[in-house]
Amino acid sequence: MAQTLTRSAASSSGFGVDAEAAKRLLSDMLLIRRFEEKAAEAYALGKIGGFLHLYIGEEAVAVGATSVLRPDDYAISAYREHGHCLAKGSDPKRVMAELYGRRDGLSKGKGGSMHLFDRTTNFLGGHAIVGAHLPIAVGVAFAIKYRGGDQVIVCYFGDGAVPEGEFHEAMNLSALWKLPVIFLCENNRYAMGTSVERALAQTEIWKFGQTYGVPAEKVDGMDVLAVRDAVGRAVARTRQEKIPALIEADTYRYRGHSMRDPAGAVYRTKEEVEREKLRDPIVLFREKILTAGLLSEADLRGVEKDVNDRVDEAVAYADASPEPPGEWLFTDIYKEA
Amino acid sequence: MAVMTYREALNLALREEMRRDPNVFVIGEEVGLYEGAYKVTQGLLKEFGPQRIVDTPIAESGFTGVGIGAAMAGLRPVVEMMTFNFALLALDQIVNSAAKMYYMSGGQFNVPIVIRGPGGPAAQLAAQHSQSMETYFYHVPGLKVVRPTTPADAKGLLKSSIRDDNPVIFIEAETLYNVKGEVPEDPDFLIPLGQAIVRREGTDVTVIAYMGMMYRAMEAAEELAKEGISVELVDPRTLRPMDTETIIRSVRKTHRVVVVEAGAGFAGMGSEIGAFVTEQAFDDLDAPVERVTGANAPMPYARNLERLKTPTKDKIVAAIRRVCNANGHANGS
Repeated sequence: MAQTLTRSAASSSGFGVDAEAAKRLLSDMLLIRRFEEKAAEAYALGKIGGFLHLYIGEEAVAVGATSVLRPDDYAISAYREHGHCLAKGSDPKRVMAELYGRRDGLSKGKGGSMHLFDRTTNFLGGHAIVGAHLPIAVGVAFAIKYRGGDQVIVCYFGDGAVPEGEFHEAMNLSALWKLPVIFLCENNRYAMGTSVERALAQTEIWKFGQTYGVPAEKVDGMDVLAVRDAVGRAVARTRQEKIPALIEADTYRYRGHSMRDPAGAVYRTKEEVEREKLRDPIVLFREKILTAGLLSEADLRGVEKDVNDRVDEAVAYADASPEPPGEWLFTDIYKEA
Repeated sequence: MAVMTYREALNLALREEMRRDPNVFVIGEEVGLYEGAYKVTQGLLKEFGPQRIVDTPIAESGFTGVGIGAAMAGLRPVVEMMTFNFALLALDQIVNSAAKMYYMSGGQFNVPIVIRGPGGPAAQLAAQHSQSMETYFYHVPGLKVVRPTTPADAKGLLKSSIRDDNPVIFIEAETLYNVKGEVPEDPDFLIPLGQAIVRREGTDVTVIAYMGMMYRAMEAAEELAKEGISVELVDPRTLRPMDTETIIRSVRKTHRVVVVEAGAGFAGMGSEIGAFVTEQAFDDLDAPVERVTGANAPMPYARNLERLKTPTKDKIVAAIRRVCNANGHANGS
């Protein structure tokens, strides 16, 4: 059982990825960052309503994890899921249209920011009751095993889900039944405004793995290569041995809990936020690529331009997409035979 | 046709559907080795093995969520609640996940799951184990809610529920498990969800009831027949979606309505039926809709208090007489 603490194991020994893969990792992280910056602007303009929970700062987790998944593997998440959904391969245009509540959104405008689903990428949502999607992830893993498949499911959740009973029920059931689920805790240190110290008797979340006999480790969630490495090992083991894994990614969200918590400054200091930004996953990885000579400055500019273009396209697409027709209020409630 | 108990009819429905579709599996507390707390799953572990008859620890929210996830991935779980009282521990999974998944995913992920088990008043089981649970579920768009009164209905409705592509709440009754009745043996015998049945034809008053209350209403109808009051008995069978058409048709014939329900009444099934009957057939009514419900109190343990809490045949008879006496009905008075 590998209950170890891994910090940047991959990056310290140079790159574990080639130039093409590095470019993809950077591009995917940048896409999430720029996409969400635009979403925040659109929210300020009233084009996006309700709750909007931004993932900015945490991009290395979704991108590093997804980079070691097969397209037929599953992912499931909570409500801060734009990043997970985009990383899994959803079309940014349709994600933005969903945030806008438009007809061409992934969920036809019925789900919004908190309920992104994409059957074409095996992205299973988008769940906004904390902890509830963990047993659902176990059920997907149950179905994989039932059919004798070799897929895995990655289940993203925050530190806020750990005190929920469903975290413990999901850990226990998946360990008891030996199911291929990877629990990936994004510990950004605050469940809304409650720090892990104020929420958990055991603040080392990865240690709950020991309780349930689940291989567990903690990883630097701001280092995309470290995440890729840790999740990669977990995926290989889970696929092979059909056992769950728990990974705690140490990460940080720069923005408030949602757009309704703009400063996020009541429960943490500005100094803390600024200090955390020094380990920004995108800035650090960009520097690392340049230092290693893997890609040139011009290459990186090209990546950035490409990402900006895709995000602009997504915004234009969402703006142009019509509202869902009124009769859709009553469709998709029951599936007809 | 074969005569069998309500319990055996459910067991047969599970067997037939599991033989028919390898994606169907049963999951819950004590469903396998113990063969079911109420023996509904008796013999299934032996026939289908532990992969398809899955014993769980006591973790209702957890294993209900497992069922929902498995359903999203294409399986057809039948989740047993040892009693429906425990389903409250899984209420979030049922209401927020199962019921809404199809809608909030814009039609991408449906949840073909059956959540079944006994619920409703039983014998001296007190406040936490003896209550009508359907109320908590039939309010929710996206759920279907079934309450089968007879062994034949138990079989035909459970089979339809398992084949349905949506989450179905299927609430049985421990007080009915030993009731015997004729049950079709045809493995393709199905009763469609959303279809009420007229169990007894009558002309003077429509009594709407299901489960144990239907059996009491039948006794009441037989007693009143001797006095010349002709009672029509309608059993909705599926509470959501409800077959309002059959009920309204009966009301237009009899012009009088009594709804019997075991639950505490306030905002109950009688309230809903009273509302749509008034909306759709006000001019046909010769008397206000009467409700006979459980008392507006938790279920007590003591035998005498329990009797006071529960709708009895006598209370049903009295209510029927009241509506029949309104506006000078010719028969009862």
